[in-house]
Amino acid sequence: MKLDEVPQDHSSTYGGHCKLVYAVDASGHYQGAQSDGWEPEAFATQLAVAELQEQEAEAEAGWQRGELSPLKCLMYRYRLDEPALAQITGLWQWRIRRHFRPAIYRKLSAAILARYAEAFGLPVEQLISYQKGMA
Amino acid sequence: MSSFQHQQSAHCESGVMASLLTHAGLPMSEPMAFGLASGLAFAYLPIVKLSGMPLIAYRMPPKHLIKTLSKRLGARLHTRTFSDPEQGRRELDAALDSGRLAGLQSSVFWLPYFPPEMRFHFNAHNLLAYGREGNEYLISDPVFEEPVRCAVEDLQKARFAKGALAAKGLMYWLDDVPLEQDWNKLIRQSVLSTTRILDGMPLPWIGIRGIQHLAKQIDKLDPAQSKYNRLYLTHIVRMQEEIGTGGAGFRFMYASFLQEAGEKLGDRNLQDASAQLTAIGDNWRQFASACVRASRNKGEAPNFAPIADSLRSIALQERGLMKELAAWSKR
Repeated sequence: MKLDEVPQDHSSTYGGHCKLVYAVDASGHYQGAQSDGWEPEAFATQLAVAELQEQEAEAEAGWQRGELSPLKCLMYRYRLDEPALAQITGLWQWRIRRHFRPAIYRKLSAAILARYAEAFGLPVEQLISYQKGMA
Repeated sequence: MSSFQHQQSAHCESGVMASLLTHAGLPMSEPMAFGLASGLAFAYLPIVKLSGMPLIAYRMPPKHLIKTLSKRLGARLHTRTFSDPEQGRRELDAALDSGRLAGLQSSVFWLPYFPPEMRFHFNAHNLLAYGREGNEYLISDPVFEEPVRCAVEDLQKARFAKGALAAKGLMYWLDDVPLEQDWNKLIRQSVLSTTRILDGMPLPWIGIRGIQHLAKQIDKLDPAQSKYNRLYLTHIVRMQEEIGTGGAGFRFMYASFLQEAGEKLGDRNLQDASAQLTAIGDNWRQFASACVRASRNKGEAPNFAPIADSLRSIALQERGLMKELAAWSKR
């Protein structure tokens, strides 16, 4: 990559920041150069974010309809999936899937909810209030 | 502490090591740190899943650079992890108050100074703390243009985030960095090691064979599964260009190392190798563009064969280069 080929595509995914890349000048000498975005990379990132948002919206609709507990929606909102959430909370994946059922969620103890709260970075009271909201 | 100079880097781990060494009096560019630690690699790991997709790595696993580089340079590396987060905070404060720089491993997701779209659960990000003021740490995050600040609670959460590659508050620093180095020996040793990683592992997922394996996977994509294909191809692009950054899967950075090493030793061969690797890096960039192009058009069925072929040709080019470098390093 030459210095004048360093992409400057103003990608929103960089949040106004620049990344450093290494590129060669006219005489073939390497230098660090700042890039404020590359369109193909931004497309890939946005697709991954959009996929998570779609899953989150689906889970949120299920929660509103009373078919799902809020955990599934929150899981996607905080960019997690079942294996990742299982590792963070130390719960088995099948238990997490079980906690996605509203009837089970309502009966969860504060101790279990605290583990989810830590994973999402939320106060546990918020998860407890969702329990009451669903009753 | 006041003498610390922040330097933006392309990759977090090599950036932290370059800063630590430079600060200790051994001037070190980021590509040099990356190259001397033999950071370049390729691995396709279908067993390790990232949001349902295989892990594709273009460099050695986290902590490899830190360990290998300090060992090769003969510097003393201290590492500490903590089971008690509160103790981790106290020790970091004590280190900073005594004027020491501390390398830290942390999660990206919980660092508030990252732009929201870059915040994914990746626990092996490296940054450097160089001081504290009130309720904030002064942080030199290698991938940012300027030093940043981070509230104590936020950094605490990021250092002790659980999950895959959990940092457990990892904190590290260097002591007794020898300022005299045998560059000729070091460079040959590290180049040889890289050629062995890329083209000498009897495993189908590592190095050149890993690249060929990835090409086979792309060939096998079912054109009917358009949604999965798009996610898969853009996942490759993200692993190459974004995760850990570096651009073109670290090929440009390593080319820059080869050039600098060539100048240091006055050896034309390394300059030629650097030019070759630059061309290979350009091919990686084109491969990424092709992956995105194939994901973009929703209407017509994309043809994956040319993409896979371009990857195979990259594999052959890298193999050729590795053979030359291996021969050079034993000369």
